[in-house]
Amino acid sequence: MATLNPRNEEGLFYVLAAIGGLVSAVGVGAALYMEHTGHVVTGMTNQIVWGLPHVFAIFLIVAASGVLNVASIGSVFGKVAYKSRAPLSGLLSLAMLSGGLAVIMLDLGRADRLMVAATHFNPTSVFGWNVILYPGMYAIVAVYLWTLMERRMNPYSKVAGLATFIWRILLTTGTGSIFGFLVARQAYGTALLAPMFIIMSFAWGLAVFMIVQKTMFGWNGLVLHPEIRKRMKNLLGIFVSAVFYCVAVYHLNNIYFARNAEFERFILLDGGIFPALFWGGWLLAGTAVPLAILYLRPLSSIRGSVLTASILVIVGAFCLLYVFIIGGQAYPLDIFPGYDVRSSFYDGEINRYQPSLPEVLLAFGGLGIAFTATTVGVRVLRFLPQDDIAHLEAAGSITD
Amino acid sequence: MSLNNPRRAFIAAAGAGVAGLGFTAIAPGLHLMAVGEANAATEARKAGSAASPAVRWGLLIDASKCAPGCTKCIDACHSENGVSEKLPDARQNSQWIRKIELVDRRNGRKTELPMMCQHCANPPCVDVCPTGASMKRADGIVLVDRHTCIGCRYCMMACPYKARSFVHAPLTHQNPEVPRGQGCVEACTLCVHRVDKGLQPACVESCPEGAMIFGDLNDPASAIAQRIASVPTTQVRSDLRLNPGVRYQGI
Repeated sequence: MATLNPRNEEGLFYVLAAIGGLVSAVGVGAALYMEHTGHVVTGMTNQIVWGLPHVFAIFLIVAASGVLNVASIGSVFGKVAYKSRAPLSGLLSLAMLSGGLAVIMLDLGRADRLMVAATHFNPTSVFGWNVILYPGMYAIVAVYLWTLMERRMNPYSKVAGLATFIWRILLTTGTGSIFGFLVARQAYGTALLAPMFIIMSFAWGLAVFMIVQKTMFGWNGLVLHPEIRKRMKNLLGIFVSAVFYCVAVYHLNNIYFARNAEFERFILLDGGIFPALFWGGWLLAGTAVPLAILYLRPLSSIRGSVLTASILVIVGAFCLLYVFIIGGQAYPLDIFPGYDVRSSFYDGEINRYQPSLPEVLLAFGGLGIAFTATTVGVRVLRFLPQDDIAHLEAAGSITD
Repeated sequence: MSLNNPRRAFIAAAGAGVAGLGFTAIAPGLHLMAVGEANAATEARKAGSAASPAVRWGLLIDASKCAPGCTKCIDACHSENGVSEKLPDARQNSQWIRKIELVDRRNGRKTELPMMCQHCANPPCVDVCPTGASMKRADGIVLVDRHTCIGCRYCMMACPYKARSFVHAPLTHQNPEVPRGQGCVEACTLCVHRVDKGLQPACVESCPEGAMIFGDLNDPASAIAQRIASVPTTQVRSDLRLNPGVRYQGI
């Protein structure tokens, strides 16, 4: 593969960093506008209280946890081929966590009260737990990166890797439980959501990692060793299949309960954009097609096929989260089971939601922050996975 | 009017007796004195003293008396609490109390009732609030601390009654006794500022049908406790075991 001309390469880096910075800045500007005018300029209402920014933020936070799987497979489970990928995995985790948290914080009605959130702690709140879990994640991953990248600290990397592994499982349990602990709404309130979010994090995080790895290798004129590519694509396939399993169980469980049957009918059949995104966006584009690409030999051997599958997995992730978060609120609360209800507060009605420009810009601002942090990070520090093929062959990690 | 005239005194006494008998027939177990107590002012809380955990304030709403189309309780609440904004998207307006029209799917029976914060003994909004801004006062009134609410709206996701609103725009014409704030979540306070003065919540006072009784659920002698002990009442979403302080009759 041809390497970029050094001058062009440097110019391209600055262009990418500028684009990322601009998208981030516009996102922050949109948040300031929302802060000034109030959420009246968003599509969010007293019926759909969490909107597009939450879809993006939760994707970023979940993927930030899952992308560390790559590091864990190396450090905790001792797979040599993944060890050289651990630093990049840590960087992506910090970058996406930054983007996700920025969106969540900037969408608050009182974003200026960050210090209140930091100094007032309610132990019964899953959100409250997250106030500890998220900054803790930063600290633990930072220490983990230090043990990986500073030669003298290398002996501690296994312990730090184990701590990171445990912490991120807790973190994603907390993210899933944000919804799992909601007693009243048909879409939420099930313990399945915690493990389901963990599995989703594995798939989405690995998909992000594959895209970044492919881009970095291409940028540097490198080609991923076919055996490592095969391992990683198969792992992605397993994770995508596991997400399919969890989502299928979640919906089948709901369908089985008579009280939730109407809600499922709405999400899967009658609900307009939600069934379309579920079947077309998540199941077909985000699950079936990537699995076919990853596992069917004529497709999987085509150059760029794993990249395509990874992008589709992420598209599917956004579709699934949109259906889960927005669709879950669009269906009316069943306050009086067995009654048809009507009120000036839209009881009994399907709630509509149309994101406005400021919240779209804020949502993409989160992606911009993650993108910029990654771009600058891989530029200034050694995050490119270096595969010592001879060493991997000797360790039996790959066969050639 | 002078009652010195024996004939007038007899007519007055007889009228009161008939009214009393009639009321007793309509609502057995409930005495005229109890209604008088229910509508009387509650005891004011002394300045500087804490709310008493011995008290649990609650409401009993008789849906069978709630007149179709009447919005007096809503008007009184929103006037009392300065909830007056009219945003271009009505879905963004705050509603501390609303009338819900119910139609029983089995038999088509129609009912109307006011719905507001149910002031649960086990409130999910308080459990999920990350900063503790959502809180339950010792006397059972569930409130939002405007100074520590960060506007995350998690409580709105958690409330089974859709009782909470988020303030979407800057506010004007506020009642100084009822501070509200852009970017914060709010809900019915049970007119805590009035209750602390020994007054009734505005909705209760405004109801022309006398469909609402306010009082101390913990006091067996209170009108609300006696009514709940004597007639079948409903806790909305009782399956969730939240033990709401607002109870309904006639649904």
